[in-house]
Amino acid sequence: MKTSRNVIYGGLLLLPAAVLLWTFTYQPIVATILHSFYSTPRGRRSSVFIGLDHYETMIADPVFWKAVTNNVIYAATTVPLSMGIALAMALFINAKIRGQAAVRMSYFTPTVLPMVAIANIWLFFYAPDYGLIDQILRPFGLGGNNWLGNRETALPALIVITIWKEAGFFMIFYLAALQQISPSLLEAASLEGANAWQRFWRVTFPLLMPTTLFVSINAVIGAFRLVDHVIAMTKGGPDNATTLLLFYIYQVGFGFWDTGYAAALTVVLLVVLMLIAVFQFGYADKRIHYR
Amino acid sequence: MREERHSHLAPVLTNLGAWLLAVIWVSPLLYAFWTAFHPASYAARFDLFAPWTLENFERVWHAAPFVRYFANTFMLVTLILACQLVICTLAAYAFTAFPFRGSNVLFMLVLLQLMIMPEVLLVENYRTLNTLNLLDTILGMGLPYLASAFGIFLLRQTFKSIPKELEEAARLEGANALQILWRVFVPIAKPTYIAYALVTVSYHWNNFLWPLVVTNSVDTRPITVGLQVFATVEQGVDWSLVTAATLLSVAPLLIAFLLFQRQFVQSFMRAGIR
Repeated sequence: MKTSRNVIYGGLLLLPAAVLLWTFTYQPIVATILHSFYSTPRGRRSSVFIGLDHYETMIADPVFWKAVTNNVIYAATTVPLSMGIALAMALFINAKIRGQAAVRMSYFTPTVLPMVAIANIWLFFYAPDYGLIDQILRPFGLGGNNWLGNRETALPALIVITIWKEAGFFMIFYLAALQQISPSLLEAASLEGANAWQRFWRVTFPLLMPTTLFVSINAVIGAFRLVDHVIAMTKGGPDNATTLLLFYIYQVGFGFWDTGYAAALTVVLLVVLMLIAVFQFGYADKRIHYR
Repeated sequence: MREERHSHLAPVLTNLGAWLLAVIWVSPLLYAFWTAFHPASYAARFDLFAPWTLENFERVWHAAPFVRYFANTFMLVTLILACQLVICTLAAYAFTAFPFRGSNVLFMLVLLQLMIMPEVLLVENYRTLNTLNLLDTILGMGLPYLASAFGIFLLRQTFKSIPKELEEAARLEGANALQILWRVFVPIAKPTYIAYALVTVSYHWNNFLWPLVVTNSVDTRPITVGLQVFATVEQGVDWSLVTAATLLSVAPLLIAFLLFQRQFVQSFMRAGIR
């Protein structure tokens, strides 16, 4: 009796969420996989089953490989650097410094701004000759850089602004975790003669491990999800030096209107995200305990 | 022993490091602020005694329909927040108070949306909106986000921490399922609601890619897309104008943040502790 009541009540309460999640998350996942085996409908020609053709195109597509490489580089630099800075920020603020509120505010403010706005501010900083960075460098004879127009520096330029935006956000998680650490643990370590350096590495850092895992998973997802700055600053250029996977999907889907190929590219992105999910549920969750 | 020798130096170094990082972090914003409030001729050369002006803001205000963009963002965020609060509350309540065989599997399925957010599936979601005839509408822009796995997750956590006795007591007094939700669960979860609301408002106020794809006219464009349209046209022409437009577009959220800084940070912390 109780179970059937639960099914009815639970089912009704879940219905709105279920319909929406089905329509905009699960159904599109299935449709994406399906459409990746079909040609893109063009004009009167409707789409036909073409098997793995899109995937063969993809393997031979240098832009796809460039996008994957860029995204891996982008994730492998932005995630550890922004998290390292975030941890430093959290430790600073937790150390009861002077003007704590002001310092915390300057760390956190970039986080509340939209990436498009940040991109527009930094476009100005990166501008050749009269941009802020070139103006600072000019007295040292290092001016005349086209940061975003140069294949070597364009991706690092995007990495810098991502770190600037994200570090303050990740700091919050570390700050929350630091405040949960019992002071008696650190006192005990002090009594045993551990200096500040040892206390950090032997007590604080291991206790922060669940937070580090949690933040890094979210940071990696973010590195594959946020491409607003690519659209606003470089459009993937120069010469695809800043093309990230989701940006390429956007370009193929809404620039070239090749929706079939875009579906195949999306499948790759879904596989990447699924692997992260499997890692989280399979490995990380054994360490991070959800209640 | 070594500890004591360092005890005078360490706080000084910590303060120095913290402030140095703070100055580095905030200076891009301060410089942008400075540029926006000075004539275009000073954009490329810093001069402490340059005259202040509001002209850039005035020109920007007349150059693009910012009022409309703000109104669109406001409607979008309100729609998403209101629907999310209701839909996530109901779902979280179902997972907490009415567990049935398979509801844990369903919950795991819901969590999938934490990884695969609607904008990742933008090609298919665009197709769906086209079928529903909702392209270039505010409803269409909000629709994929109305059910939020994050919201369901967060509220379920809070609901689970509520003692069973409170629920039982309300039931003995004759309250039905929805009354129990409204009188027992919702009031206790108030801090979670505030935390979630702040996180979701700032997320959707700042969201860009999906609105960019879906909108096509001044009538629906949110401020982020409007700013981008403006900046793309003005780019390389007048940095003072672009910076002024940028500051203008972030002003409401930034002012709200500066006023309620403590609540913001605490809410993000609350939402972050899982």
